[in-house]
Order: sequence, then C-alpha cells, then structure tokens
Amino acid sequence: MTAALASAIGEICDGVGRDPTRLLDVARAVQERFRCVSTAATDHIAKELGVPRGDVDGLVSFYAFLSREPKGRVVIRLSDDIIDRLHGFDRVRDAFGRALGIEPGQTTPDGAITLETTSCIGMCDQAPAALVNEVVVTDLSTDRAREIVGDLRDHMEPARLVRTFGDGNNAHDLVRAMVNNNIRAEGPFVLSELQRGEAVSKAIGVSPAEVIRAVKTARLRGRGGAGFPTGMKWEYARNAEPPDGSRRKFVICNADEGEPGTFKDRVILTERADRVLAGMTIAGYAIGAEEGILYLRDEYAYLQRYLEHLIDERRGDGLLGPRILGTDFGFDVRIQMGAGAYICGEETALINSCEGKRGDPRNRPPFPAQSGYLGCPTIVNNPETLCCVTKIIETGPATFCAHGSPASSGTKLLSVSGDCHAPGVYELPFGLTLRALLDRAGAADAAAVQVGGPSGTMVAPDHFDRRIEFDDLATGGAIMVFGPDRDILEIVRGFMDFFVHESCGYCTPCRVGNVILRDRIARIIDDRGEPSDLDELETLSQTIRATSRCGLGQTSPNPVLSTLESFRSAYEQRVEADPDGFRRSFDLASSVCLTVSPDARPSSGGREPSP
Amino acid sequence: MNAPITITIDGVEVPATPGQTILEAADAAGIYIPRLCYRPGLEPYGGCRVCMVHVAGRACAACTQPVSPNMVVENDTGELQEQRKMIIEMLFVEGNHFCMFCEKSGNCELQALAYRFGITAPRFDLFFPKRDVDASHPEILIDHNRCILCAGCVRASRDLDGKSIFHFTGRGPDRRIAVNAEAQLAATDADVTDRALDVCPVGALLRKREGYRTPVGQRPYDQAPIGSNDQPEEA
Repeated sequence: MTAALASAIGEICDGVGRDPTRLLDVARAVQERFRCVSTAATDHIAKELGVPRGDVDGLVSFYAFLSREPKGRVVIRLSDDIIDRLHGFDRVRDAFGRALGIEPGQTTPDGAITLETTSCIGMCDQAPAALVNEVVVTDLSTDRAREIVGDLRDHMEPARLVRTFGDGNNAHDLVRAMVNNNIRAEGPFVLSELQRGEAVSKAIGVSPAEVIRAVKTARLRGRGGAGFPTGMKWEYARNAEPPDGSRRKFVICNADEGEPGTFKDRVILTERADRVLAGMTIAGYAIGAEEGILYLRDEYAYLQRYLEHLIDERRGDGLLGPRILGTDFGFDVRIQMGAGAYICGEETALINSCEGKRGDPRNRPPFPAQSGYLGCPTIVNNPETLCCVTKIIETGPATFCAHGSPASSGTKLLSVSGDCHAPGVYELPFGLTLRALLDRAGAADAAAVQVGGPSGTMVAPDHFDRRIEFDDLATGGAIMVFGPDRDILEIVRGFMDFFVHESCGYCTPCRVGNVILRDRIARIIDDRGEPSDLDELETLSQTIRATSRCGLGQTSPNPVLSTLESFRSAYEQRVEADPDGFRRSFDLASSVCLTVSPDARPSSGGREPSP
Repeated sequence: MNAPITITIDGVEVPATPGQTILEAADAAGIYIPRLCYRPGLEPYGGCRVCMVHVAGRACAACTQPVSPNMVVENDTGELQEQRKMIIEMLFVEGNHFCMFCEKSGNCELQALAYRFGITAPRFDLFFPKRDVDASHPEILIDHNRCILCAGCVRASRDLDGKSIFHFTGRGPDRRIAVNAEAQLAATDADVTDRALDVCPVGALLRKREGYRTPVGQRPYDQAPIGSNDQPEEA
C-alpha cells in the first residue's frame, strides 16, 4: 500500500513537472484517488515536491474539499445556505441522514458514502441542492433524498443520478448536468450571442493602449462587487515592470463565485464561456500578458471538461496559443481548480491559491497589478467583467454607455433567489430600482431583500425604490428575497455562521469577532438577549469592519449592521432587561453542568463548554 | 530615491525613509504605536491588527503600510484606542490566558497591553477552547492555550533559522500553529538555540526550565509599562 501510494504520488507530481506552485493540483489529485491526503501522503508529497511538510499539511487543512481522514467513495455535500434553508434544507438533510444511517460529517461504516454540509454551491435558484462527488443534484426533496441514497447503494455512480439534463449547454455531452440556467432576462451585452473571434480580432487590430482607452471610455467597473474601474486596473498592470529577468504578466479570471446567493457566473460559464475566454485574451493583449488562469471553484468542477474543450477549440481556431490570428501576440489559458474556500474569491487569496498555497489573503501593498501571481504584474477580473470587455470591443464604448446610469454604465447580471416566483438570472441595465426587479421576479410580497449576498445590505420595503448601481445598492449580483414569514434574526445567524466558517483566521477581528457576533445573535434568538446587547453588537461590528485585514472581515458584520438599522424592531422585540437585574445571558444550567446538554448548539467556533 | 521624507503622526512631524513602514518610522522617532505581531527583523505580518492607524481617514496596519511623503497619520485617537482595546480583549477570550499561573507574566506583551489599556476583565464571554500542550521536546514547550497566532515563530523559523518548523493549520476559528512533523515537536529538528524561540510575545513557545530565572517583579513590564520610552527592546 505504502509503495503504491508513493509511486502514485510520484506520478501525480511528475504530471505537474514537480512544480511546488502546483501543490493544490497535486493535493486534489491525491484526494480524488485515495479519498484523503493522509499523513503518509503528506510526507510523500512534501518529499517529491521538495517543500516543508507543513506546506502540504497547511494547505490540506485549509480547503474544505481536502481531508486528512478518508472520505467515502461517494461524498454527498448538501448546500447549506439561507436559501437552501428556506426551501427545506433541514428536512432534506435529515432524510439523507436517516437513509444512510449517519449524521452529516460521518461516513457509512462500509466506507461507501460520506454525508457533509457545505457552503452555498451556487444553485440557489434550484434549491435545495447538493453535490454528489462532482455531480450536481437540484430541487431536492425528502423523497428525492431517499431515492438518491437507494440509487447510490445500487450502483455507486453519481452520474447516473442525472435523469434529465438542464437547458442549454447543461445538456452538452461534456457537461450532462441537471442544472438549469433559468435565464429570465437576456440583456444586450453579457448574455448576447457572439461571433467567435470578432472581439479578439478587433482588439488586436488596434494598439493595447486603444483597447484600454475603450474600456475606460465605457466606464467599465468590476462586476465582482467592489466596482474598481477595469481600465485603470489594466493600465496599472500595463505600466508595471515584471521582476528582474522576467517578461511575465498574468490575467486571472476569478470564477470562484462563492458569495451565497450568487450564481450568474455559473450561467455565464455554461452559456458564454467563449466571451470569458475572449475577454481574458483581450486583457492579455492590453496589459502585455501571455498567460491566463481561469480559477474555477470546485463546486463547478462539472464544467471543467467543457471549458477545457472550449479552450482547445479556441486554440484550433487560432484564438489562443502562440500566434493569435497569425500575429506576434500569443496568449494561452489554463484552468486552476479551487478546493472549497469562499475566501479565495478575494483576489490576493486567489493568487495564493493559484500558487498552490493556503488561501490567506496577502498584505497590500503591493497590489496584484504591481506584484501578483509569482510576483508578476497580475490582473484579476470577474467573468462578467470580461464579457463586458468583449462587447465594448465589438460594438464600441458608446453603445455600452447607452445602457445603465451615469456612474454605472452597462448592464448587471443579477442572481435572484428566495421567496419569488421566477428565480434565476436577469441581465438588466444598471440603475433599475429594486422594486422593478422584484416585480419582474414575482416577489410582490417581499418583506426583506438581501442585496449583494451576506456581505451586502438587507433592504426593507420602504427602501425598495433604491437603485441597483455602484453608488447606491452595489452588488456582485446576489439578490435574496425573503417573504413576510421569515425570521430576520435567523437569516442573520445563517450569514454569520457562513462568515465564521469561511474566515481564514489570519487576523484577530475576523477570526474572533465574528464568532462573538454569531453567538450574540444566537443568544438573542434564544431569548437571553438584553437591551444593552444592541449597542454592543454595533460597537463590535464597527470594530470588525474597521480593523479586519481583507474584504471578508470588512464586510462580515454587514448582516448585523444593516439589520440593526433597517429591522431594529426584530431585535428590540427579542431583548428585555431582567426585572431583578440579573444577567439574562448567563445560563446557569450549562454553567454548572459538566457535559453539554443535548439541546445546546454544537460549538463550531472552537469553543468547548465551560467546565 | 532614498532621500529622507517627512510624515506627520498625531500632529508631530517625523522623519522617515522611503521603504520604511509607518511603524518603523514611529519607532525610530520614539512614538509608540501598540502592536503584537510585529517583530523587528521579521517580515511584517499584519495579523493582530493592534497597530491599526488612520491615514487620510483610511484604516491601515502601521506595520505593513509603507510611508509616503507628507503622509498624515492618526495614531492616538479615542476611536483607535477603543478598537485596539477590543482586539486585545478578543485575544484574551479566544485562548486560555491565566496570567497568574503563567511563567511569562511580566514579560508577556499581551498581558502588558492589557495593563496599558486598563483591561481588568474582558467584556466578552470566554471561549474556553480545548487546546493542547506539546511538551515532547526535552528543552522546548509549546502551550497552544496561550498562542495568539501572531506567526512570529513561523516567520522566524522559516526566515531566520531556515528550518520552517512551524506552520499554520486549519482555518478560521480553528486556525492553529502546527509543527513540521506528523505529531509533535520532538520529531522535528527544533533546537533550543533556534531564534524562533526568542520571538513569542506570549507564553506559547518557551524554553523549558528558564521561566523563573528572572523573578516575578523584576521583569520588563513589571518595571515599566509596555510602550514606555525606556522599554528594553528584545531581539
């Protein structure tokens, strides 16, 4: 066994040229083959790649889809986000658990099937959903859960769980997924039909500076959420000098779509990946890069073969490779698979991940445009941004600016989910009101809308006339609709669970502060809150926001801050002062008990019950 | 290129050199910015967030932010001091810190900062985490209960000792220091002369049988509060 393991790892490492920066690929391959990266495997990998053992262990322990202990041959990962919870996640989870005879986090005694929960897998418009190895199963019910377990027991082939394919390229021979695109509004830019090669050939017909000028004239801003001006980012990278002796610069497409409630990049990659690849090529031309990386989240691994096929096709058509369309400009793309970490959507964490490291964000400066992947000037763009670039080149900046609002040109893809009749993807011009969107989505009775995912803003009905644009309700595209019967505090708790789970733990306020925030919210839900809690929640949130090291921590208190502002009564109704002046938060029973009471919440925050 | 520049910290003009960080310039000028994970000679880490300052209204870590000409830095403001205090409290509740039983007492930067900030008891509930002690090595002790994840040992072992004995494992609240072996420190090539043992700001990484060489009461922070001008600076 040990000899077999050693030789298999040797082969895997040879497959990446024994390049330590491909450690994540190696670990993923070992995980797939041996269902874990064991202690022995960790030693072998470290030896083969010539890196400290700690580098391998640190990496394996960081990513949710890698494990030290063996997983089952089939791993069922139930998507656990607030939208799944609205649509019966608890019942589905319990149905899987009963059918398998195990709890989430466990593997059946025969080693066949592991049941787990995972953060949002990008299927909120068809929730509850799950990954069965790489296969996505959607619209789950308790019946369907039992059927899936029965079928797996029968044949252990996740691919056979897919009975009917979804629409569009979901039915492509290299995808074969039951996922649906649910495109509700096909706008003029991102989701528009394209003629392969048009954008790239137009771009390389002019100078790189002219390409950047067009992107600037179009006033294109990044679609991932932060809204940084794309042309400016490209110009920094164009003017940046690679480190000594190197001419390398990089274009990275951030397809690590992990913000709960967002799934528009999935639809782009399914239907308009050609635009994404064209956008990367144009970006490469503009900044002087010859290499691109498409970082694909592991949850979308079912799209990997299809995307590789598209890359091959484009090479065949002379649109990727050493001499694009016969010119001296060369550019090629490789796919980097993630391994389950929301934080890798942060651009410097993503760069670390591409380098085969833990997805801890980096200190800035230097910014990636100066020193990014392998220390070279690097731009990181969202797939939707890159699609916009192709359209700007195809039709000119003026056409692009004709849509949207003055400060927010063009269209935005919105992922709508939750309590509405028409969940799915909408490409609509920037500047539309939230109310207009809700009307289109059939959400007339919406009582609260989370714009921008957990790190965004919870909007109350008296603010539904606010506009979706960078200067008002900025969003990466997640629109989660909540009806009048939903408990705002439960939603907040769900979001805080998410941030605690996904924090990298590098800096104090995010690592510790979010646990405290989550537990305070839980305490209020458990009717042990006091009026003073509200001010303390606010102060704590402000500190986390002001002092955290990256965007995750700087936005993680937003669920608390925005609901304290817009839904304050939801808190006030749940807190009261003890008439005798005792601290209501003090739980006598659990404080004198040596064991955890059965109804105490499991402590996933590294806490143990007090002795 | 390296012509001296001037920055302003709390209204005081301070000379600085391009390439310096705000913290380095402040130290050189004798202005104290509270910090925990910063160590002279080690790559800045930016993890504890105690050294947060404001530059033109924007928050940044003084240990990682380079100076620029005419930069205006706010350091000693009520808002920043409150935030720093809260971060220190977070570190106290996250681990198991029992100063009265700790051999590092009086020589511990976390404890000293608590005194400086007037923290008598943290305002948050203690986590009481279950953490391990690794006493496997004959001369070195790791007590994870007291670790504040400052990465001092990680950086020093990697960059000063060339050994990479320490690394981070896990993420989020489960992030921990681990050693470069299957289980314990005794299986690594850690040595009592390693410089990594000199940088722990708390009592998490210690040489055995040395803790009480200096009697309690005569230790650095027993003499003067942390951040005093006459504070002896350790290696």
